[in-house]
Amino acid sequence: MRQKGVINKPLEARTASPLLVSLSAVFLGIIAGCIFILCLGKNPFAGFERILFGALSNTRRIGNTLGMSTQLILIGLSVAFAFKTGLFNIGASGQMLVGGITGSILAYYLPMDMPRFIYLPIIIVAAMLAGAFWGFLSGLLKAKFNVHEVVSTIMLNWIAYWIVYDFIPRFIIDPTISVKSKPIETVHTLRADWLTDLTAFSTLNYGFFLAIIMCVVVWFILQKTTLGFNLKAVGSNRFCAEYAGIKVNRSIMISMAIAGALASLAGLTYYCGYSNIMEMGKMPNEGYDGIAVALLGNCSPIGIFFSAIFFGILKMGRGSLAATGIPTEIADTIIATIIYFTATNVILASFWNRIFHSSFEKKEEAAVKAALSHGDNTPVSQMTKEKFKAYAKEGKALLKEEKEVR
Amino acid sequence: MEFWNVLTSIIPSAIAYTIPILMGALGGLYSERSGVTNLCIEGLMLFGVFSSAATIVKLQAIPGFSFTLAIIIGILVAMVASTLLSVLHAFAAINLKANQVISGTAINMLSTAVSLFLAQTITGSGNITIVRAIVRQNVPLLSKIPVIGPLFFTSTYWTTWVCLILWGLSWFLLYKTSFGLRLRACGEHPSAVASAGVNVHKMRYIGVLASGLLSGIGGACILVTYAGEYNAGSGINGLGFLAIAALIFGQWKPLGILGSTFFFGLCMTIANMGKVFPIFQSIPTGYLGMFPYVATLIALIFSSRKSAAPLASGEPF
Repeated sequence: MRQKGVINKPLEARTASPLLVSLSAVFLGIIAGCIFILCLGKNPFAGFERILFGALSNTRRIGNTLGMSTQLILIGLSVAFAFKTGLFNIGASGQMLVGGITGSILAYYLPMDMPRFIYLPIIIVAAMLAGAFWGFLSGLLKAKFNVHEVVSTIMLNWIAYWIVYDFIPRFIIDPTISVKSKPIETVHTLRADWLTDLTAFSTLNYGFFLAIIMCVVVWFILQKTTLGFNLKAVGSNRFCAEYAGIKVNRSIMISMAIAGALASLAGLTYYCGYSNIMEMGKMPNEGYDGIAVALLGNCSPIGIFFSAIFFGILKMGRGSLAATGIPTEIADTIIATIIYFTATNVILASFWNRIFHSSFEKKEEAAVKAALSHGDNTPVSQMTKEKFKAYAKEGKALLKEEKEVR
Repeated sequence: MEFWNVLTSIIPSAIAYTIPILMGALGGLYSERSGVTNLCIEGLMLFGVFSSAATIVKLQAIPGFSFTLAIIIGILVAMVASTLLSVLHAFAAINLKANQVISGTAINMLSTAVSLFLAQTITGSGNITIVRAIVRQNVPLLSKIPVIGPLFFTSTYWTTWVCLILWGLSWFLLYKTSFGLRLRACGEHPSAVASAGVNVHKMRYIGVLASGLLSGIGGACILVTYAGEYNAGSGINGLGFLAIAALIFGQWKPLGILGSTFFFGLCMTIANMGKVFPIFQSIPTGYLGMFPYVATLIALIFSSRKSAAPLASGEPF
């Protein structure tokens, strides 16, 4: 019979939570940034103060930071979704370009007097379909021809890059600046008047709400549907999943298609909401930052949301660094260092586990001492949590006294 | 005769484009054969481009300093710098048993960010352009041979020959020495090698560091031959990933990667110089630029099915 409140398994030391590991990685990344700034002979605190100032000092800047975070949330979701199926999507940049060019061309050619509640769903669905196709291609190559998805997505990135290079002059060129597309009319972007007014003409747009909706959708698919279960099963053990009757190849293709759709939605919010123009010969860096977002957020939608905001602050705030003479690339350096430390999270986790373990051992020793002094012979493994805590506290005082006496 | 003229202008450039990819792929070969998946060739090569560019610019600014010596020192610095960067990947992959794909991606991003950061501090802009690259020379005697001479021995860079010698040495080292046998065995069955008394971690470190060294040379070759500048905006256009694709296409064998990198070099030449030749003039720039990447995907479709990848590549030991 299980007694209520008694832990039947032995009391154990706490293990490091993913949140703690992520925060340690951020901390180390910032330390590395400080060291770089110190090497230049500048004051790191002034630098970080400028970053915070540039990202958060007024409503307009906060709006811009959220506008930047929008893309990062969506790309983070895209990378995380593929990652749950054991795939590494580093083709988010190309998928962004595909979504962006689809949206931009539609924005250019659809009639201006079209009502927004019809227009917006059209470009959103079109961009997602285009991106899903682009992601599906690498899924197909992986499933049918065993082409490593990292290599194929990189190749598809460059193919998308050249397609955009070809399509901009063909369809949407701005005749005055011959390397950029014509800026999209505001009614055909994702921007909304009330949002723009609220945040003093920032880049915040409907995309931010799309990103939040997608966080919920991804959470729902992964946690509450059979499809999500199948995908996660393929991610944790491909052969086991196959044995259980899950169609592995189909799962890979579906997962990449959904990841592609999410990344291309990010492209839509970027090119038809955030910047409103496309440039020839420019690969968006956000695709790679999305990897950092996903890893730091431990691939969970809520974690991704907050890590995207964090990277949004870094990326928007760095613009204000110019006054201090610190190159703005320090932000990218910090992001890359954070990824490196997230990749090597084993060492961070084991560091924390060791600390927790040694503190637990000390507590255990104290608890045993206190229990004996009360004449209580229950072994530690059968104590309740509350009792253990109380004994540990008491024992600590006893041990301290002993030390002082000595 | 028209065709012959096109051929004699394409082949020497194709060789120039081939060499950096060959060095990157050869680096990948060492690393993967020793059992460590190395997706950071791109980052290592970019770091080679940057460090050699920074060194050469500084040295060539000194009056009276020999240009050739500056280039040689630049290449050596690139080797050292990229090797140091690859230590990070080796440490993460071998000691910490981290996810090697993520670690490789982190190195790529780190390389891009750090090199741009340093370029900003050194020159104040994202570009470093060197004063003079290597002058193309004809190989004495050999360039006089009919047919082969004009194709392979005229207007060559001396780095090409150095790199080809390195390729030959690598083939010998990996396939004809007991060291090479051990290194390759570490990528196939590390526990068997360990039971024979070989230090697997040490062999894998050698593999990854060799990939850093060779990628560094590859990056420096890009700079001192056809590029002539470090450009933060475009980086090296995914050349490092082409090298990995060439490694797969060449089935992880030295002779195979020589052939596959030459194929990619040819594709790059057509993409970059296409406008010069009348045959390709009607094709829009976008499609020409896309060509190497599409060709790579198609090549991968045919070669990835029955993959000869080292069995334990990517498996921590």
